[in-house]
Parts: sequence; C-alpha cells; structure tokens
Amino acid sequence: MLKDITLGQYFPGNTLIHRMDPRMKILLTLGYIVILFVADGVFSYAVILLWLALAVSISRIKPSVILKGVKPLVFVIALTGILNMFYTPGRTLVEFWIFKITYEGIYTAVFMVIRIIMLITGTFLLTYTTSPILLTDGIEKLMKPLAKIRVPVHELAMMMTIALRFIPTLIEEADKIMNAQKARGADFETGSVIKRAKALIPLLVPLFISAFRRADELATAMECRCYRGGEGRTRLRQLRYTEIDFYALAVSIVLWGCVIVFKVLGI
Amino acid sequence: MAAIIKTESLVHVYGRGTPFERVALDNVNLEVERGEFIGLIGHTGSGKSTLIQHLNGLLKPSSGRVLFDGRDIWEDISKIRSLRFKVGLVFQYPEYQLFEETVYKDIAFGPSNMGLDEKEIDERVREAAGFVGISEDTLERSPFELSGGQKRRVAIAGVIAMRPEVLILDEPTAGLDPVGKEEILARIRDYHYSRNSTIILVTHNMEDVARHASRIMVMEKAKLRMTGTAPEIFSHASELKEMGLAVPQITEVFLRLKELGLDIDPSVYTVEQARKRIIAMRGANNA
Amino acid sequence: MDNIILEADNLTFKYDTEKGGEPALKSLGLCVQKGEFLAILGHNGSGKSTLAKHFNAILLPTGGKVYVDGMDTTKEELIYKIRQTVGMVFQNPDNQIVANIVEEDVAFAPENLGVPTEEIRRRVDDALKTVGMYEFREHAPHMLSGGQKQRVAIAGVIAMMPECIVLDEPTAMLDPVGRREVLRTIRKLNRQYGITIVLITHHMEEAALCDRVVVMESGRVVADGTPKKVFSQVELLKSVGLAVPQTIELLYKLRRDGIDLPIDALSVEECADAIYRVLKPDRGGRDGSYNKN
Repeated sequence: MLKDITLGQYFPGNTLIHRMDPRMKILLTLGYIVILFVADGVFSYAVILLWLALAVSISRIKPSVILKGVKPLVFVIALTGILNMFYTPGRTLVEFWIFKITYEGIYTAVFMVIRIIMLITGTFLLTYTTSPILLTDGIEKLMKPLAKIRVPVHELAMMMTIALRFIPTLIEEADKIMNAQKARGADFETGSVIKRAKALIPLLVPLFISAFRRADELATAMECRCYRGGEGRTRLRQLRYTEIDFYALAVSIVLWGCVIVFKVLGI
Repeated sequence: MAAIIKTESLVHVYGRGTPFERVALDNVNLEVERGEFIGLIGHTGSGKSTLIQHLNGLLKPSSGRVLFDGRDIWEDISKIRSLRFKVGLVFQYPEYQLFEETVYKDIAFGPSNMGLDEKEIDERVREAAGFVGISEDTLERSPFELSGGQKRRVAIAGVIAMRPEVLILDEPTAGLDPVGKEEILARIRDYHYSRNSTIILVTHNMEDVARHASRIMVMEKAKLRMTGTAPEIFSHASELKEMGLAVPQITEVFLRLKELGLDIDPSVYTVEQARKRIIAMRGANNA
Repeated sequence: MDNIILEADNLTFKYDTEKGGEPALKSLGLCVQKGEFLAILGHNGSGKSTLAKHFNAILLPTGGKVYVDGMDTTKEELIYKIRQTVGMVFQNPDNQIVANIVEEDVAFAPENLGVPTEEIRRRVDDALKTVGMYEFREHAPHMLSGGQKQRVAIAGVIAMMPECIVLDEPTAMLDPVGRREVLRTIRKLNRQYGITIVLITHHMEEAALCDRVVVMESGRVVADGTPKKVFSQVELLKSVGLAVPQTIELLYKLRRDGIDLPIDALSVEECADAIYRVLKPDRGGRDGSYNKN
C-alpha cells in the first residue's frame, strides 16, 4: 500500500546514460541546473530542450514515466505560473478589477513553467538512471575534498546508504503497525485534520522506537564487522571515468556554450 | 446453527495487472463454529496471513465472500471498523505495536476506540490484564520497561480487552523459549474455556496445535488442503511431510516404526499417546 | 594452549554495577577448542546471550577474563583483531544488513579491514557461493526471505575470514524453511571449512546437531557434554526450563514403565529402531538389520 512511491526510484538498464560514471552525471546535472537559470530567450531554451530530449531518448526512460514525477508538483508549478502572470509589470493585455495580465507576464509565466518542468525532469533523469548505491558513492567521491575542511563526508555518505537501505523496511513496518492498530479500532482515514494527526501517534511512536532499536542493533553489528569510520576503508566498487563520460561532457559543453552565446547576443 | 465465520469461494490476488501478480488465496471455503478452537497451519506463503486479515476486514476479497454471523462483512462498509471489535486479531510479534505511556492506557486503546465509558473500560482493562497475568502494579508502568514476554502479554491483553467473540492469534509463541511458550498457550486455553470464545491459532508448529485445537486446517499454496480433528489430520502424516510441514517428532518415530514393518497407527502426536500405544502393543505381544 | 580458541576464565558479569541484584554471569568457566561445533542452550535469561557477547568483546567482564585465541578481550588495541577472529551473527536478520545491495553488504567487513579491491571481489563471491546466495548478489536485501537474509549476514561475516563464528539465536525469527537453510549452512561451515561454531539457542533440535552441548542456567554452566549425554538428563533439563526432545521423553517414560530401552537414542531413527527391537525382539539383529514384512 505505502510501497508505491515513485519519487526518485531507479529503473535498471544498460544504456549509455546508465553506464556513465555517477560523478559525471551529478556534475552534468548540476551544470544543467545552472545553465537553466542562465538561459534566456527562445533559442537558449530550445538548445537546452534539445539536450534534455537527447538524454531522455538515450536513457530509454519513457516520457510518460518522467512526467509522472512532475505530477505531485503540478500545483506548485501552476501557482508559480499564475503568480508570474499577474505580477509582472509591463504592457497590459487584459485588466479586470485589481488583476492585470501583461504580455511580459504571460511570456515570463510560460518560460518559468517550462523551466521548472525541465528542472524536475532533468533531476529525475539522474535518479532514474543511477542506482542509489552509485549515487551515494558518486556524491561521496565528489565531496571528498571537503573532508579537508572537516566536513564529515564519509559519515554523511554512510548515513545516506543506511537510510536508503532501511526506507523500504521501515515502510513495511509502518504498514504492519498500521494494520495492528486498525485491528484495535484505530481510524486513520476519517475526521478533522487534528483528529487524523492525533491518530498517527499509535503509528509513529512504535515506528520511532523500532527505528532506534534497529539503529542500536545495526551499530553493534557494524562494530562486529570491524567498522571504525572512514579511515583506511577500501571499496568493492571503484568508480572510473570512461569515454562515454568524456563524450557526454564534450556534447554538454558545446550545447551549453551555445546557450551562453545566445544570451550574450541577446536572442 | 450458523457458523460464526464463513468464507465462500474466497479469492485474493495481490498486484493484479502488474508483473508481480500473485494469487494468495485460491477459492477458500471454510467454516468456523462458535466456541471452536481452530489451529491454522501452513508454510510461509501458504496464504494463512492473508486469510486471517480477511476475517477482520483488513483486506478486501478480490472475489468471494466473508461472512460473520451469517452476514457478508462488506455489505455495509461503514460497519467494517466495528467488526474488528468482534473479531480480534493479534499479529506476530505484537509487542512492537505498543505505544502508550502506561500499560493501562495501551490495553485501554481498543476499548476506548469502541466508545465505551470510563468505568466499562476500566473493568475490561483489569479483566484482560488478569487473563494474561499482568499484575496491578505493572499496569502503571511504561510498557517499554517490560521484558519481551511481558510486552507480548500486554499486547494480547490489548486485544482481549475488546471482548471479541472471535480471537485470532498469528504465531503467538514466535521467538519465545519453551517455558514462555507453554505459558502463553496455557493462557489462551484458559481464555477459551472461561469465555467460551472462538479461537483461531495460526502457527507452523504442529505440536502446539495438536494439543490444543479441536479442529485443524491446513493451508498450502493458497488453498485450504485439509480440515479435520487432530487424529484425522495426523493420519495423513506422510502427506503433511510432503507438504514440507514439520510433524511432531513423535509422529516421525511412529512413521518410521510403520516403515520398519510394525502394524501400528502412526497418527500420534503426543508423547503420552505414543507411550500408551507402545505399552498396549507390548502387552499384546506378551499375551 | 594452541588449540583453544575461546576461553572464559572465572567470568563474572553484571549489567549494572551500581544496582544490587544478581550478576548475569557467575564465575563461569568454559573452553572452546578450534573446529568445535558447540551449542549453548538455556532459557531466556539464563545468560547465554550475555556470554556470547563476551566472545568478541561487545561486552567486557566485570570480573575474570575472556580470551580469544589467546588475546585478552580487555586489551583495547587488540579489539579489531579479536573481532576479525570471532564473527557474530544476531537474531534479527534485518538489523545486520547495512547496504542496499547484497554483495555490497557482504563487502562491508573486508572494506573496513582495508582489503584490496580485487581481493574483496574474490572474498565476496566465495562467501556468497558458500552460503548459496550467489545468484542474489545484485538483489536488494529487503526483498529476501528471513532465511536468505540470515545467510547474507553469515556471508558478510565469512568475508572477514574469521576462525570462529558465534550465532546468537540466529533462527529465532525464521520459519522452518529458513531455519533449515541456516542450520545447513553453519553445519557446512564447520564440517567443510573447519570454522569453530558456537550456536546459542533454546531449540533442542538445533542443539542436537552439534558435537557438544553446554546448558546454562542463572549465569552458570550446569551441563556440558555430547547431545546424547546432556539430553538424557531429563530431570535436569526440565528443571532449567528446557523442553526435552520428544524421543528422549518417550524413552524416559517407557523406562519408568519398566521397559528396557536406552535413554540416549536421540534421533528419530535411533529411537524408532530401539523401540522396534523391544516390540519385535525375534526380528531385530545387533547389527541393526531388520527383516521387513
């Protein structure tokens, strides 16, 4: 019941995108986000859209699936669009009562909505094509330099790995606890917001206590396997850049270069 | 007399339409009479957990009907919640669902959901605590201070306090040592006798079930394979073994004696029965 | 002595040294030889888990000493060597698995020990093959059954290449199929690979598989010997809250009825054969051969 959370799920595959080094994917995604906010004008957006379409088609992830990720955020996107439509100063198109819609407003709203959708799609593409393990490995490797300024990189990566490992387990447990409380007459569905919030206590208390107990047992088990923090740890998997990564980088730089050129040229 | 619980062609399919589609219950027809003590045995994956969740309306049938006291439980969806007060279900490792500040309050959770007044709730809490052997002063303690065995008894009390007509327990002895096991089973038996309530005990352990149940139901691969009294079920001991169920050691001994050529009825499941039969046989030999 | 891998010497342990009350372990003495397959039996509260946790320095003695392959567990600098020598598997299969993918989890211990990458790969593959989980190496742990998870946990321990594995009620939360899988695996580890196994349990059928059974009660050892020798002490077992195997109980009762039967025909076959001989004395033979009808 609770298991159907698609946000950030991984779809295994063997496409070029899947085989890319996660670090490159993360860096390119970050670059993509930056360039999205730099872009201005139809040509720029067209180029970025081209880049995105290319990536999506290579990854063989169906567009319908990607758009599914956008669904939960439709409300926010619509709100942003509407706000932009009404509050951008400029030449008036339509006016009624205190509301004023301008040409600039519509222009901005449309681009804003497109930008947000592309932002979400691009980011989800990253999580759809990169397994959680590789993602955390990639993030850990990229953050390594930060360890020099005392950022607990290894610990953060460990936390992410363990969290990912236990999310499905905790969801299952939440399901079980809910059923057990429902069997005693608990009602999670009806009532006011406050009533339903209170009804969550018989679910949350046991779940938290269980989570703490798990953490304790897991910590002991880790110590029994000689865990002593990040020092001296080797890895089963080594991340290695390959040609695919460099080609992807090259293509991205070319396309984004165009975006900057267009911006400078003012089109 | 109408059976208190009945299923008609009960089917449950998980994940219909997805690649994970799985039939968990395949045309299950069973009847439970008032006051019976039923043992429900089967492997993990046989469908027994899915089945019991249908009996108190936690799961909805894909097709088929579930009847309580002659009425289809899904006729009126608004009444489903109140069904759960009449068909109490204790899950496996129930101690993991405790959440209140005191043992008293946790046991009172069920009764208060029933909308009863303070006095009635108090009476039921104390009665239930008594049944499971939780003392007065333990009632005021936090459930999290208690031992595993005590916590389990508190959880069971929480369901008994609703005074359900049918009590279903899923592996109530899981993880307990021999002494702990005996205690819980004894209390369940006492509860059964004193309240004359209907009990359904789900377990892997044939020995537990053999000693206490008046009737045994065996599930395998989503179907109800056998139902009958303990002697009847154990007369199919080799079939049970083939199903991968662990028959009591003593039954295995008698199966082997039969294999060796002894003309003996292998449907024994307690040591005492075995002893009597052997003595009788020896007496017959010497006569 | 070179052959002793675990030794408890006058071991006393109290959980809370401030409060009064009984110690969980009372001047306990025990030696485990290399290659043994030992069961420690006792009801909940007998101190068996407490003892187990001393064998890889999770707990340290309040009094007395514990030695692992000659190493004193109180010596902090030896702790990782001790934990690499004695691996531990716990009751809850879920709460031992750290990673999202089976082979990553099995690699956890070698990674911690700084083993080079190719060697880790080899160890992970070998460990998974030994426990029969190699085909699942790229699976997510939460999709596995209890028995499978426990085998992954065992693989994770084997990947450290320990000399001894202590398992604290490893089958308590498993169904009969899972239990069989796990017991078969640890038996193989002992018989084929010579790993010392210490199995903590309250299940008699499990203890019956071992070479040596130690029974604990209130923090002390009350019986120590082969399964046959220990299980035939019916009165003792009952007095410490353990269930006597049905075979032994039957033989015990029949003996009390005056029938001449061995007290220690523990397995189903032995028990049935012994009873058969009594009921059909003319048919049986000393060499164990029987004429079937």
